[in-house]
Amino acid sequence: MSIEVKHLSKTFGKFAALRDVSLRVNDGELVALLGPSGSGKTTLLRIIAGLETPDPNPECEILFHDSSVTGDPVGKRGVGFVFQHYALFRHMSVFDNIAFGLKVRPRSQRPAKNEIRDRVNRLLKLIQLEGFGNRYPSQLSGGQRQRVALARAIAVEPQVLLLDEPFGALDAQVRKGLRDWLRRLHDEIHLTSVLVTHDQEEALEVADRVVVMNQSKIEQVGTPEEVFHHPANQFVMEFLGQVNIFHCRVKEGKASLGELTFEYPQYDGMHEKDAAVYMRPHELDIQKTSGGAAGLTAQVARLNPAGAIARVHLTLASGDGIQVDVSQERFRELGLSVGDTVFVYPKNARIFIPDYAI
Amino acid sequence: MSQAISNTKKVAQAPKLYASAAKIRGATDEPTWVKYLLIATTIGFLTLFLFVPLVAVFVEAFRKGVGAYLASFSDSSAIAAIKLTLITAGIAVPLNLVFGLAAAWAIAKFEFLGKSFLITLIDLPFAVSPVISGLIYVLLFGMQGWLGPWLESQDIQIIFAVPGIVLATIFVTFPFVAREIIPLMQEQGTEEEQAAITLGASGWQAFWYVTLPNVRWALLYGVILCNARAMGEFGAVSVVSGHVRGQTNTIPLHVEILYNEYNFVAAFAVASLLALLALVTLAAKSIVEARIHSSTPESLEPTPAEVSA
Repeated sequence: MSIEVKHLSKTFGKFAALRDVSLRVNDGELVALLGPSGSGKTTLLRIIAGLETPDPNPECEILFHDSSVTGDPVGKRGVGFVFQHYALFRHMSVFDNIAFGLKVRPRSQRPAKNEIRDRVNRLLKLIQLEGFGNRYPSQLSGGQRQRVALARAIAVEPQVLLLDEPFGALDAQVRKGLRDWLRRLHDEIHLTSVLVTHDQEEALEVADRVVVMNQSKIEQVGTPEEVFHHPANQFVMEFLGQVNIFHCRVKEGKASLGELTFEYPQYDGMHEKDAAVYMRPHELDIQKTSGGAAGLTAQVARLNPAGAIARVHLTLASGDGIQVDVSQERFRELGLSVGDTVFVYPKNARIFIPDYAI
Repeated sequence: MSQAISNTKKVAQAPKLYASAAKIRGATDEPTWVKYLLIATTIGFLTLFLFVPLVAVFVEAFRKGVGAYLASFSDSSAIAAIKLTLITAGIAVPLNLVFGLAAAWAIAKFEFLGKSFLITLIDLPFAVSPVISGLIYVLLFGMQGWLGPWLESQDIQIIFAVPGIVLATIFVTFPFVAREIIPLMQEQGTEEEQAAITLGASGWQAFWYVTLPNVRWALLYGVILCNARAMGEFGAVSVVSGHVRGQTNTIPLHVEILYNEYNFVAAFAVASLLALLALVTLAAKSIVEARIHSSTPESLEPTPAEVSA
């Protein structure tokens, strides 16, 4: 079932949480809403669920499967909602938590007792918590609680699944495991899902498409590959992954940075302007000797070889810091030590001119 | 191998560590004599001011034997006082249960204008002297009061009658239930109710199956305290009652009358009922308190199953 929102705005007092946001989530897709805190991602999710109402606006619409649910209350929308802090019913056993949504149905739609029992048991198996039915939420770990919350949400066979920072309160190890499990689960049941997260690794790894949000607006929508490698603007470039930023001037399609010159024919004929050049740490190469080609001269300030790649922190002649990631192999080959003078060659660089993004 | 060696070393050192720990005083420990002095002072004070008076009530009540004690309750005005007290508590406590729950629900789960004013207002009966509470009703419903003439013309009597006693009791005992559950409801927030509603529950179902069970022990605690106060209230009730024997006397008022008549055995016998109520209340309160503590969530400790999963 597809989800679509059109021209959604939401203000809390004087604070605009969402400003004219439109988005379409296709049937069976898992979409991540990614952004810093206060970017409006949770508000968007809660409006989709019906837990918040958007500002009144005749153009504003919320569509499930292309039919409007704008005025429908939460209970009628058929959404499964998973809360960051689980929101399990603390006085109910795991079994009763999962069965809750089925038990509160009107008598005519309520499944028979043994049918409810069978369904809950199947779900307990799905979340790998067989035999935990009699426990209470306080007797479970964070990861187990979140899985129970997920089972409770899908027990009512919702049309869409909405997850609000579902792994935000868990520690790194459990989070990674649960994230992989969620992706496998999604591949099994193909429920249209929207996941809110501020963790870019989570979004890039789990989602089919990523919606990058900032300051109450959507900055970019695309596959993880698209948003990471082809950021639409400065914010997305800075928000996803690490990046070195240099400020320079662009003149007649050329940006100069020390001895380096980058050609940008698309800016040809434009007046001289301030611009920012972005280079990712892994898109830079280090040489110990100048190969004759134009590069940046720098001094090694700090080395951090712990990890899959080695991090080299350099200081440019201008005093700016710069980070370069090299493979462990290349790191051994270079044999760097602090204080060495090296030459940096960019393999790729992106330029953004304020109000003139590519 | 080295692991084993270091282990045996630790074991060998352990007794020494304990021995030295006994000599070193903790940062918040006091010398022994200070400890005992404090404990003795506390016990002495409690004995003198709480325990002895409590025992005295029963001693005085039984001074002329069990027969005289029991005879005090066969008096028709004593029976009437007990009945009236039960009726008053029977009306005031359920009403305050409903009012308190409604007020707490509104305050904890919704945002609205004048909320902090409402919270302050709930505490008013605690802040004001019970005598004033009684006088408020006299001023409102008394013969010279605002509504007095109209009530008189309708032939409705509130002051110096049972309705006045019930009203004054409701006023005085209102904060108990509300104050007990407001902090708990605020702490619990609204996420569980939101979860219930996304799962298709109606507002009533969310209240009945989620909100109410979550506060049930605190609610019971509030009801116990409310009941104790409703049965024991003297000041406010005294002002509105009129002290008509056999008609508008509650147990505390009856005790006062008996005492003023120098009928000490009967006074203490009836007073012993209130003392017993106090003891039962304390016992119930500590049982409920234990339940409140055991129902709060424990820390997030991963179970073995979590580690394997």
